[in-house]
Amino acid sequence: MAYEFTKEDLQEIEKIKAKYPEVMPATLPALWVAQRRFGHVEPEVQRLVAQTLGLPEAHVHGVANFYTQYYKEKKGKYVLDVCTCLSCQLCGGYDILHHLEDKLGIKAGETTKDGTFTLNQVECLGACGYAPMLQVTNDKYVNHLTKEKADELVEKLKNGEELEYEQIKMPQHKNI
Amino acid sequence: MSTVDWKNYTPVLLPDIKDLHKIDVYTKNGGYKALKSVLTDKKKWEGPKAVIDEVKSANIRGRGGAGFNAGLKWSFMPPADGGPRYLACNGDESEPGTFKDRKIFEYNPHVFIEGALIAAYAMEITTIYVYIRGEYKTYIDMMEKAVSDAYDKGFIGKNILGSDYSVDFYVHSGAGAYICGEETSMLESLEGKRGYPRVKPPFPAQKGLWGRPTTINNIETLSHVTGVINKGAEWFSSIGAKNHPGPVLYGISGHVNNPGVYELPSGVPVLDLIEIAGGMRNGKKLKAVIPGGSSTPILRADQLDGITMDSDSLRTVGSMLGTAGIVVMDEDTDIVDVLWRIAHFYHHESCGQCTPCREGTGWLEKILLKIKNGDGEVRDLDLLLDLTTQMEGRTICALADAAAWPVRFTINRFRDEFEARCKKKAHAVA
Repeated sequence: MAYEFTKEDLQEIEKIKAKYPEVMPATLPALWVAQRRFGHVEPEVQRLVAQTLGLPEAHVHGVANFYTQYYKEKKGKYVLDVCTCLSCQLCGGYDILHHLEDKLGIKAGETTKDGTFTLNQVECLGACGYAPMLQVTNDKYVNHLTKEKADELVEKLKNGEELEYEQIKMPQHKNI
Repeated sequence: MSTVDWKNYTPVLLPDIKDLHKIDVYTKNGGYKALKSVLTDKKKWEGPKAVIDEVKSANIRGRGGAGFNAGLKWSFMPPADGGPRYLACNGDESEPGTFKDRKIFEYNPHVFIEGALIAAYAMEITTIYVYIRGEYKTYIDMMEKAVSDAYDKGFIGKNILGSDYSVDFYVHSGAGAYICGEETSMLESLEGKRGYPRVKPPFPAQKGLWGRPTTINNIETLSHVTGVINKGAEWFSSIGAKNHPGPVLYGISGHVNNPGVYELPSGVPVLDLIEIAGGMRNGKKLKAVIPGGSSTPILRADQLDGITMDSDSLRTVGSMLGTAGIVVMDEDTDIVDVLWRIAHFYHHESCGQCTPCREGTGWLEKILLKIKNGDGEVRDLDLLLDLTTQMEGRTICALADAAAWPVRFTINRFRDEFEARCKKKAHAVA
C-alpha cells in the first residue's frame, strides 16, 4: 500500500521544520504526524517520512525504532498501555494487566482478533500517585483503576465513546 | 537542628487559584511582573549578569535530581558571540516515582514560561525549547496553548515588553524513552536522533544543541526562578533546609491514603510527609521508602527517625533527594519483587550504547528473576553486588549507576529477605 501525506500534513510538517535551524530535528515530530495520519509508522511510512524530509531512510528507521511510542507495526484501534512499573506494581498494576488479559482473551503484547484492542505492559508513565493506571493509544490517561473501571473503559471504547481528560486535584487545593 | 515549619506553608508554585493556567488569571495575580522587572527596570537589574547573580545566591538546586545550583550552571555559559545559544527545558520526567512537572504544565504553565524567559534573558539566549515526554500528550497540548497565548500577549517574540530583547519558544514532544531525561540524550533527541547520551566534556554550555552553547534546566527549577526574581534570593533561601532551600514539589505514591503532589518547603521529615499524605493505607505498618525516584537508595522504616527531605539529611543514611518522588511501601511489600521490577525498568531503558550498562542491566534483571522465582542461590546475591561495581562509573551517562544503586542498597538493607528467597542449601557434590 502506498502511503501519502495530505496537504494539511505537509503544511504541518513545513511549520515544524521552521522551529529548528536544520531539517533533522523534524524527524520525531514528523513521525508523530505520520502516526496520527496512518495509525502506525511501518517501514513504508518511515520511507515516506524520510522522503518528505529529504533525510536518509536509515536515519528515520533508526529513530523510529529507538522510541517506544512509535508503532512499528499495525496495532489495534485502541492500544491499552498498562503501567506496571514501581508505584503501579505496588498498587496492583499487574492485577489490572492480568484482568484485561482475561477479559480481552489476549496476552500483553497481542491484539484482539477483531483488531479493536492491543494490550501492552509499559514502563512508568509518570502518574505514580494515581496508580494503577493505563494510557489509551498514546493519549488519555485512565487513573485509579479497579477491575470494574477497567471493564467500563473497555465497554466505552467498544461503543466508540470519547474519553474525557481526568483532572486530578492537588490534595492541597480547595478552590480548584 | 531546627525543624522546618511546613504547617504554615502556603504553596507559591502551585497556589490554590482557580484557572491559574489561563494567561489572564496569571497576569491578574502578578504574572509576568518578574519578566517585566528584569527587562525594563535597569536600576534594579543592571543587566543579564545581575539576574544570574541573584539566582545563584538563591541557591536553587536542580529539581531534576542532580541538585546542582541553577545560577552557577547558568554562569558556565561562555560570553555571547552573536551566534545562536539555546535553553533546553527538561520536561522528560520519567524516573519511576516522579510525576511533579506535569502539575506545573497543568496548573501553572506560565510560572514556568516566565522563569524560562528570565533564564534565557540572563544567559543572552534567543531560542528556548521545552522537551516534554511524548506520553504527556495532554500536557504538551496545554503547553502549546500557554506558549501561544504568551506570544499573543507579547511576553514571547520580538522586543518583549518594549525592550530590545527577542526570544522564541518552542514545544518539542518526545516519543517514549526514559534516557532522554539525561541532558545530553535530550539534546540528541531534540536534534532528531536516537537518544544516545554524549561524552562530557565538552559540556552543553560549550557545545550543546547543534554545537552551540546550551543550558539545560528542569521544569520545576525554572519555575522557581520567577519567585526568586519577584521576592528575592533571600526569600527563597530562607525557606526549608539551609543547604537545599526553597519550595519542593513532593510526589508521594505507593501505600499511602492520599497520594499526590504536595508543595512544601524542602527539609520536611520523611515520616511527616507520609502523615501529610494521609498516613499508611489500611492501617498497615511502614516497611520502606524510596525517597527520590527509583534510582535513589531505599531506606528501611527504622532508618527514617528524624530524617528530613534534603540532601544533607538523606546522605547521613546513605540516600539522596533525587526528584523528591517518594515511594512508600507497607509491611506486606515483597522487596524481592520490587527490586526485580526496578531492574527490569533500567534494562528496558538502557540505550545500549555502553557495554557495562547494556549487558549489566540485563544480567541484573536475569539474576533477580531467578531469585524471585525461588531458583536463586545465596552466592547469586554476591554476584549481583559484584556486577554493580562493574557498572558504576564505567559508562557515558549515569543510567548504569541508577540501575546499580537500587540493587546494591536494597540487597544490603534487606539481605535477610533475599537470602530467605534463595534455595536453602546448594546441592551436595556427589
